[in-house]
Formats: sequence, structure tokens, C-alpha cells
Amino acid sequence: MGQTIAQKIFAAHLREEPFPGTYVLDLDRVLCHEITTPVAIADLEWRGKDRVFDPNKIKAVIDHVTPAKDSKTAIQGKILREWAERHSIPDFFDIGQNGVCHALFPEKGFIRPGFTVIMGDSHTCTHGAFGAFAAGVGTTDLEVGILKGVCAFRKPQSILVNIAGTLPEHVYAKDVILHIIHKLGVNGATDCVIEFRGPVVDAMSMDARMTLTNMAIEAGGTCGICLPDQVTVDYLWPFISEEYESKEAALSDFKKWHSDDDAEYAKVLDIDVTGLEPQVTYDYKPDCVKSAREMAGTPVNQVYIGTCTNGRLEDLQQAAEILRGHKLAPNVRGILSPGTPKVFREAMDQGILAVFMDAGFCITNPTCGACLGMSNGVLAPGEACAATSNRNFQGRMGKGGMVYLMSPATAAATGIKGAVTDPRDL
Amino acid sequence: MKRVFGGPAIFLDRSDINTDEIIPARYLTEVTKEALKPYLLEDLKLSGFDPGGKALQKATVVVARKNFGCGSSREHAPWSLEVNGIYTVIAESYARIFRQNMFNCGMLAIELPAADIDKIFAMADHGEVDISVDLEGHRLTAISGSRKEVFNFDISPFDQALVEAGGWVEFADQRY
Ligand code: SF4
Repeated sequence: MGQTIAQKIFAAHLREEPFPGTYVLDLDRVLCHEITTPVAIADLEWRGKDRVFDPNKIKAVIDHVTPAKDSKTAIQGKILREWAERHSIPDFFDIGQNGVCHALFPEKGFIRPGFTVIMGDSHTCTHGAFGAFAAGVGTTDLEVGILKGVCAFRKPQSILVNIAGTLPEHVYAKDVILHIIHKLGVNGATDCVIEFRGPVVDAMSMDARMTLTNMAIEAGGTCGICLPDQVTVDYLWPFISEEYESKEAALSDFKKWHSDDDAEYAKVLDIDVTGLEPQVTYDYKPDCVKSAREMAGTPVNQVYIGTCTNGRLEDLQQAAEILRGHKLAPNVRGILSPGTPKVFREAMDQGILAVFMDAGFCITNPTCGACLGMSNGVLAPGEACAATSNRNFQGRMGKGGMVYLMSPATAAATGIKGAVTDPRDL
Repeated sequence: MKRVFGGPAIFLDRSDINTDEIIPARYLTEVTKEALKPYLLEDLKLSGFDPGGKALQKATVVVARKNFGCGSSREHAPWSLEVNGIYTVIAESYARIFRQNMFNCGMLAIELPAADIDKIFAMADHGEVDISVDLEGHRLTAISGSRKEVFNFDISPFDQALVEAGGWVEFADQRY
């Protein structure tokens, strides 16, 4: 019986199987941010176990609320900052260098095919775009990861999602994943790895693949995963050129992780995107999805472009393409939070930020920002936001606020009209 | 840390209750569990449910439907239950991270088939329901007035070991 990529990664990292069906894995990366890590640090201190298993495998960033907005968030940052220093963690990113964790860490070349990655953040599944097994965990799992470099998982079942066809104009990875979540349902992939394959995925950039894998958790998935290929090699080449003689050598090494042809899947979903339209959520669950045209005319007060789902350069380019020469509708507040300093800089160099500013957007530093209603950009009760983020839960962006999830292009078109708009109808 | 599981139950009759509803992100700036206490389920909109009400105050068991605890990985969700004395959740199914967080904290996330969950919900129509949990025997008993129902549940040996050890940190530290 063949193995899936997830099973291969499990086999290569198995520390032990303490009970049948429970796999304790060695970790290559333990990623940390300032919301869920300080509690883990405090608990480790309280237990007299303030140690780290390997400072080089731990990466940390302050990203959710930065600059700090009040004393409490300042203390969270301080705890993480001092801990990183105390344990000589070389890769710690503070203000000036920081950005949204799931945009920043991949961009630094920290994630490689075949890696095991955990973070105290549910969207850790994003890193599976590189052919890694990457899972969000709670603070206790994070704590044990920091201390021991291990994490326990159940046997991974995989759902294969084959994506075929041709993406129509103004239909993007975000629309594809919203459509897939709609098909699977919010718990359709619980305890499963979602393996994204097919010609549409092959043709996607790493930016687009990360949008796809980012939302695996919205269907309950443990990880979203893509098979590492030439696109992966090209992206990682600046970081791996000393480890491999050539790109060909890297590619053939990465291929050892590919799922076998006779691997077993819990479920196979075939999607053809040829007729897919821009997608928008309604209600308070990410599987409540309609086409932008069905939702057309729904008014919004705010547009938010950024986050770990859609805060990368390609996303900003796609929004700018729509925004160019237009202005936000009166009474619509536009907020752009580029994912990382590198994205910010490149968007500036390419004139993309100017397009956003001309349209009337406010541009913040790289941060999670408005995504989760605990930093800036909080909605008032009764207000609605067109957002490129990943969660439309009740109160997510502020008590009594409504969030409509969509692609950067649809969000841009929606901002221009002041109501949900299919970018093709602009 | 030996815990007593069971007690008066509160019924949340909906699927897909997410961790933003259990504890909203605006309280994630707290670095102690105790500070979360007043905010449990604050954003949950459910007819008949009052986050400030007596029923929640009294409860030590939560009964819900499918996919309980979906969304954000925040362990603040189980903690906000814990500091309110709720160590047991009974549902038809869970989101993976929430379920693991519960066991990692040495608490119980018990899964029962839909038919059993229906039966417990039906008991709630006749008054308050008290649940007792037999962890060794993998059995739970629901009592409401003169009505009594017994259910068997499965728990993986790993999850059971975590609850017995008082959580994953203790377990892992002895072992790895
Ligand atoms: S951008 Fe939003 S979803 Fe992504 S890590 Fe930050 S808060 Fe979480």
C-alpha cells in the first residue's frame, strides 16, 4: 500500500507510538507569536521548566498587535521579546522586521518540503503549501513543542482535492478555496490533511498556494498540503542553493515526499474551476458561500485587504489592478495591511501602494490588524466589512460586526462600489 | 491534579460553536486564565441562552452538538471553561485542536453518537440534568428528576492517559 505525503512525513519523524493510533513526532519548526506563546512561557516558568529544545528550530514574531495598543499587549510583546533573548533564539522578529507569521516565516525560507511544523495558531496549515506537515495547536502542545521538540497527532487521513480546468478572469485561489470549503463544510475535513493537486495547483505561484492551504482549517483540516515541485524549488532556491548542487537535484530530492500513486484517501473531491465565479461568504460560517453576483449590492462600511490569507504581493497586485484609477465609495473605509516588510517594500517599489493611496486607502504596517478585532480596524455594531481574511465568525472583527470573505480583487471592486461587487461587473 | 468530572449540565443546542464564541479575541490580551472567567461564551447568540445567567454559572458540564470548538486554536477556550469549573464537554463531534486542547489540559471532551446526544437534549426538556462520569468504566449517567439514562463512550488510550497524568506537559516531560 502506497503512502500519502503526510504519511511519509509522519514516518520520517516518528519518535514513538505510545498508544496505538497516537503518533509522537519530532518537530523541525516550532513557530511562536505574541498571543498564544506568552501563556506557554509563563506556564513553563511556573513549572520550573523555562527551557527550549533547540533555539535554531524555534522562530518567533510579534504580529497580531504591533505596535502594541495598550499595556496588556505591550506586556505580551515584552514576555516574548525577553524570552527570545534569554534563550538566544536567533530568528525573532520585532517591530520594523515583523509581519504576519504565516506570510513572514515562509518568506524567510524557514519552511521546507518534508518538515514538521507546529504553531499556536490555527492557520499554521498555510505552511503545507511547501509540502510540509504543518498544524495549528493550542498553548499546551506549543509548550511541549518548545520544551521537548515533539507533538502528538492521530493517524493522518488525507482528503485528495483535484483541481482541474482553467481559472476564469478575476477568479483566484481565494475563490477556489471558498468553493472547496463550501463543498466540504466546516467540519468536512476534521482530523484530515487536505492534499491539493491537479493542473490548477501546478500552475499556481507559492503565494496562491498559500491562500489555498491557509483555509484548510476552515473545513476543519489539520493541514492543507501541496506536493513540492519546480515552483517550490524556485521559491526556496535563495535559501537552499548551498545545500543542493543544482535546482534539478533539489527537485528530485523533494519528490521523495510525493504521495504514491496507490496511496489511500479518505475521500476524493474533483473540482473543475472553469465555470467558477468570484465567491463571497454570507452569514457567520466560512462554508456559507455564494457567488459575488448573488451577493451583489450588499452594503459594506469597510474594506480590509491583507492577512495571512491574502496579504502577499500577488494579492496586492490583484487588488491594485482593480483599484487603479478608481476611488473608494464615499463612506467606505479602506485599510491595507501588507503581510510583511518585504511585501510592503516591493509593493512600494512597484507603485502598488500609490494606487491604494490614490483610491483612498489607509496603509498600516505589516500586522494581522483588523483581522481579529483585537487591534486596529474594529467594526462598530451593525457595520460590515469586505475582507480578504479567512473567518466571518460573529464578532470576529468587533462585537456586532459582519464580515464578508472574498478575494482581494472582489474586495477592491466592493470598496469602489460600496457594496459587494463582482470585479467583472465593475 | 485529580479532578471530579460531571455535575449540572448546560445545553447549547447548535453545531459549529466556534472558539471566538467561547471566548472572543478581544480578551486574548490576558495572560492569566482567571482573568477570562467573566467572558465565557459572551458572544454566543442562541435563543434561551444567557451568558450572564444562572444556568451557566451553575454548570460544570457543557452539552452541544457537532464540531464544537471550531475555528481559532486558542487554548483560552478550554481555559475559560476550566476557570468556570467546567471540566467536561459532551458533544457529537469536535474540531481537532479544541479536542486536543481539552485533553492536554487534563479535561474531558466526550464524543457521543447523535442519537445519544438527542436523548440527553430531550431530558433537558423535563428540567435540570445532572451528569456523572465514570472515567474508568467509560460510562456516563444523565439524571433528570426520575429519569435516568446511561451511555457508554470511547476515549483513546492516549487521551485517557493525558487526563490521568493531569495533562500533556506532565506526560511529555516524564517521557521525552
Ligand atoms: S492574519 Fe488573521 S487569521 Fe492570520 S494569523 Fe493573523 S489573526 Fe490569525
